[in-house]
Amino acid sequence: MMQIEFILNGRKVSAAIEADDSLYSVLRALGMYSVKCGCETTNCGLCTVHMDGKAVLSCSVPAARCEGHEITTLEGMQEEAARLGACLAGEGAEQCGFCAPGLMMNVFQLARENPHATDAQIDAFLAGNLCRCSGYVSQRRAIRRYLSMMEVQG
Amino acid sequence: MAKYRNYVMAKTIEEAYALNQKKSSVIVAGNMWLRMCGLKKQTAIDLSLLGLDKIEETEDAFVIGSMTTLRALETDSALDQAFGGVFARALAPIVGTQFRATATVGGSVYSRFGFSDVSALLLALDAEVILFKRGAVKLTRYQQEPWDRDIITHIRIAKGQRAAVESVRVSGTDIPVLVCAAARSEAGIRLVLGARPARAIVAADGVDGAQMETFEHIAGRTAFGDNLRASAAYRRRIAPVLMERAYTACREE
Amino acid sequence: MMDERKRRTIGGVGDPVPKKDAPALLSGKPVYVEDIAPRDCLCVKLMHSPHAHAMIEDIDVSRAVKAPGVHCVLTYKDVPSCRFTQAGQTYPEFSPYDRLILDRHLRCVGDPVAIVAAETERQALAAIRLIRVSYSVLPAILDAEQALDHSVLIHPEENWKALVPECGADNRRNLIAAGEDKEGDVEAELEACDIVIDRTYSTQANQQCMMETFRTYSKIDAYGRLEIVSSTQVPFHVRRIVATALDIPKSRVRVVKPRIGGGFGAKQTAVCEVYPAIVTLKTGRAAMIVYTREESMTLSSPRHAMRMHVRLGAMKDGTIRAIDMHTLSNSGAYGEHGPTTVGLSGHKSIPLYTHNMKAFRFAWHTVYTNTMSAGAYRGYGATQGLFAVESAVNELAHELDMDPSVLREKNIVRQGERMPAYYGETADSCAVDRCIARAKEMIGWEQKYPARMMENGHIRGVGMALAMQGSGISGVDTGAVMIRLGDDGMYNMSIGATDMGTGCDTILAQMAAQSLECPVDNITVHGVDTDTSPYDCGSYASSTTYVTGMAVVKTCEELRKKIMRVGAQLLGCTEDDVLFEGDCVQKADGSERIALAKIAEMHMLAGYEDISACVSSGSPVSPPPFMCGCAEVDVDPMTGEVQVVDYAAVVDCGTVINPNLASRQTEGGILQGIGMALYERPSMDHLGRTVSNSFLQYKIPARIDAPSIRVEFEPSYEPSGPFGAKSIGEIVINTPSPAIADAVYHACGVRIRDLPITSEKVLMGERE
Repeated sequence: MMQIEFILNGRKVSAAIEADDSLYSVLRALGMYSVKCGCETTNCGLCTVHMDGKAVLSCSVPAARCEGHEITTLEGMQEEAARLGACLAGEGAEQCGFCAPGLMMNVFQLARENPHATDAQIDAFLAGNLCRCSGYVSQRRAIRRYLSMMEVQG
Repeated sequence: MAKYRNYVMAKTIEEAYALNQKKSSVIVAGNMWLRMCGLKKQTAIDLSLLGLDKIEETEDAFVIGSMTTLRALETDSALDQAFGGVFARALAPIVGTQFRATATVGGSVYSRFGFSDVSALLLALDAEVILFKRGAVKLTRYQQEPWDRDIITHIRIAKGQRAAVESVRVSGTDIPVLVCAAARSEAGIRLVLGARPARAIVAADGVDGAQMETFEHIAGRTAFGDNLRASAAYRRRIAPVLMERAYTACREE
Repeated sequence: MMDERKRRTIGGVGDPVPKKDAPALLSGKPVYVEDIAPRDCLCVKLMHSPHAHAMIEDIDVSRAVKAPGVHCVLTYKDVPSCRFTQAGQTYPEFSPYDRLILDRHLRCVGDPVAIVAAETERQALAAIRLIRVSYSVLPAILDAEQALDHSVLIHPEENWKALVPECGADNRRNLIAAGEDKEGDVEAELEACDIVIDRTYSTQANQQCMMETFRTYSKIDAYGRLEIVSSTQVPFHVRRIVATALDIPKSRVRVVKPRIGGGFGAKQTAVCEVYPAIVTLKTGRAAMIVYTREESMTLSSPRHAMRMHVRLGAMKDGTIRAIDMHTLSNSGAYGEHGPTTVGLSGHKSIPLYTHNMKAFRFAWHTVYTNTMSAGAYRGYGATQGLFAVESAVNELAHELDMDPSVLREKNIVRQGERMPAYYGETADSCAVDRCIARAKEMIGWEQKYPARMMENGHIRGVGMALAMQGSGISGVDTGAVMIRLGDDGMYNMSIGATDMGTGCDTILAQMAAQSLECPVDNITVHGVDTDTSPYDCGSYASSTTYVTGMAVVKTCEELRKKIMRVGAQLLGCTEDDVLFEGDCVQKADGSERIALAKIAEMHMLAGYEDISACVSSGSPVSPPPFMCGCAEVDVDPMTGEVQVVDYAAVVDCGTVINPNLASRQTEGGILQGIGMALYERPSMDHLGRTVSNSFLQYKIPARIDAPSIRVEFEPSYEPSGPFGAKSIGEIVINTPSPAIADAVYHACGVRIRDLPITSEKVLMGERE
């Protein structure tokens, strides 16, 4: 067992971890239930969170490496979630919703890196976020709307 | 899932090297594939505090820290300019942006995965692997060696080359069925075949003025294997096509 | 009058209202099984068989039991000896009772050998490594073609039981079902035909791949009953299945379904529920099992792989006179959904070509093999059958040198026609002709058929396929809905239908809003809890909109009467003198009115009747939705790579209740169909081990693989459905495989009859 401290959604937290724990399991244990797990092979994107402002797969980040870093989950981005969520819900694009938190965290990253993304760029950027319900086309529309909305708001 | 007893954030490369001399130790780079391999080790050695995540440009080369992420390679503007965007094109199909945000170039090179898009491109560019103890070793050589206990600190790529990558995949984010990387330097064009599915190899070097028959001949003497994604026969069939496309692309660049 | 009604109804039938649970799902609220489980749940893990076919000779758990944190280790010696099925189906259960919770006889790789429950996942996994098992390995049957009457018996046990012997099951023959349905003299008709297409097609055991894997937790509640919270499509069936497996009264079991992370049929089988349940019974502790993705890919309930032999007879002018079809279905190690899925392969494909049909014959066998047990997957056999029949029709078009869309227009079933191959039911609502016409326009069929050479050397081809499905299981499926009038004049609706992300909570509320002339926000929806929800067979067989939707309509009718009765009582007149106006009840002459909120308030006082209604509904028929899908593919002739660049689909699902959600169902189903056609490769090694055991090795389409998918509706009006609606959930997966296969054929002349369509098959295949 080892003890780590990091910033979770703006607040300092500490956690007792095993040497081989992932950030994912620590976040679930801390009650960050928006973070989901959909595979064991880094393919699904459900566990996406931000580490120091970058979207990462929390399943693959060693918890021990998080000492002193800033971790953000959807719980810590509720205002942005409401805005993007409204776009997705307007299309019915969330369907079962299980992949939504991970997708949304990566969309926030996209909005920072490439706010004027084309459809092809949206798809390429979010390719690591799988969804089995929607067929993606409605999510693409919703994300485009969100990006243009953010642009208007500046 | 990989299992470790201790997790050490190495403070110096010397410390990391010393710890890594035990068979019960393992270096953690991106922790993408390592996590999945079911390895059991006493000590995991983390290199992320060593500042090995920088891309430095010298007069004649790029020196890339081994902990540089694939995403950083893909988005680095100096690399992009020097190599005509080939890194972005070669790395973009790898799983997803989040994966590439933590997967490292050193991890890819050390692991010598047969399916590695990264290794194929670096081999074509005749990259050098800079090891903490041994110093610089050509990737062509390193790629064929067994796993050792030295630590990759940097990858060095000479400037003044043009490269192209062609691949066939089952789906857009899958590992390749076959990948061909080509690079043009003063010595002519080098062709690398990866995902054969065995380790990537230099299939031909110093090629110039090649025709389809040349590529077919090269494919004919290259070893291919079967796996879940395709048969050896299919790989042999498409290899000349990918070689021709990559060759043409980097010649025209 | 209608306008007034429309004004009061907000978010009723036809409105694209957002899903009621959208805000919770899109802010990451803890609403799924694993999020709401008690923190002190024991972690349940399974030890899996490494062999495809073996007997446990000896099993030693003595070290595992003593391992740290371990509360219970169960083997075949510890479980009840009554067999059961995990298939979530209504009485009479067609799937044979052929399982034990743990069995000495292991029938596929992955079959559970032991159940371990410990305080933590690490401890449970560590304990499994301490269990010592010696197996006597038996010869395994991995090929369905070899299974029937093989000397190796997969279910030799004496207490194997088929509850419906009429389905032809015989465990002494490795047979789960066999039968035949026919009308007319098919041999004579084929003989008289100018041309007979005689081909064999095969489809694979595709995985549903819902993002939330199988998971369940259980605990003993305050009344000493077993409470099961599960990610399931069939809570009421789970209650029966668990009670049967544990040999306890059904009254001791309560099943709750929270939000579900997708199902697509996978969760119509109780894949994992019995494992935590038996742990809770044995230990008294709350217990949870969460399948890994690997478990979900190797020990789950994929599509039945089928081999279909089709003989399609036609005249030179293109009239299709006879279809003869035989399906061999591989149910794997257990019989879940084996007898029923196979039926759809013929019953939901052949009837499309009723118009000129003189005779048909459809025969089938479903067999056991030593592979993963199959189950229900969206389309449920129709998907497989339609790949065969639609491909055969496309091949016929080519043989006749006829445009396949024209060939279809000539032969498709028309509204009002009796469909002999569809249990003799009549197509009371059918717009398949309009679906074809519109889909052709959308894809640009006239310009693009059959193929075009592109500047980069690629070739683009188009292909078409039709599909049908059912709407619930006729005479079997039933759903009840309970609606109560609450304070403020809002309504509490309880349903037993299971929203698994599809949005049925929302569309049923829309129907209630339409019927009760109120805003959809005035309808709260609750489901599902088997203790409090009205009975519903569950969400499968495309039943919810049609079957449960009708129950909503009937319940609302009754509720309106009750509201009017109390309203009349309060207005001091008879119920014949009042009108229901949504937000009030008023006298017919308009002189006096009483607000619904007031009625709600008053009925909570002594002297008034309770205002609630609960009505169930089932249907003697299962009206098919119809659909036409057109694919445009881009083929690289040098590598054989195939990319779908455009997909146009037109669906006749009767009245569209929520255009947004119906479109999402369609787009999602089409992309799953594209995955099945091109990317997904269920694979097994020579020892029967599933090697496509992860999202790394089993590629479902990613965003960059998704083409433009364009969906439109050509609604008919189904007289027996709620507001004229039929089903949508399943039909949408059926067209991509045959449409893409024909588009590929048009592009490069290679005919793929065994899915998936890989670049290797396209490049190396024989050009016709």
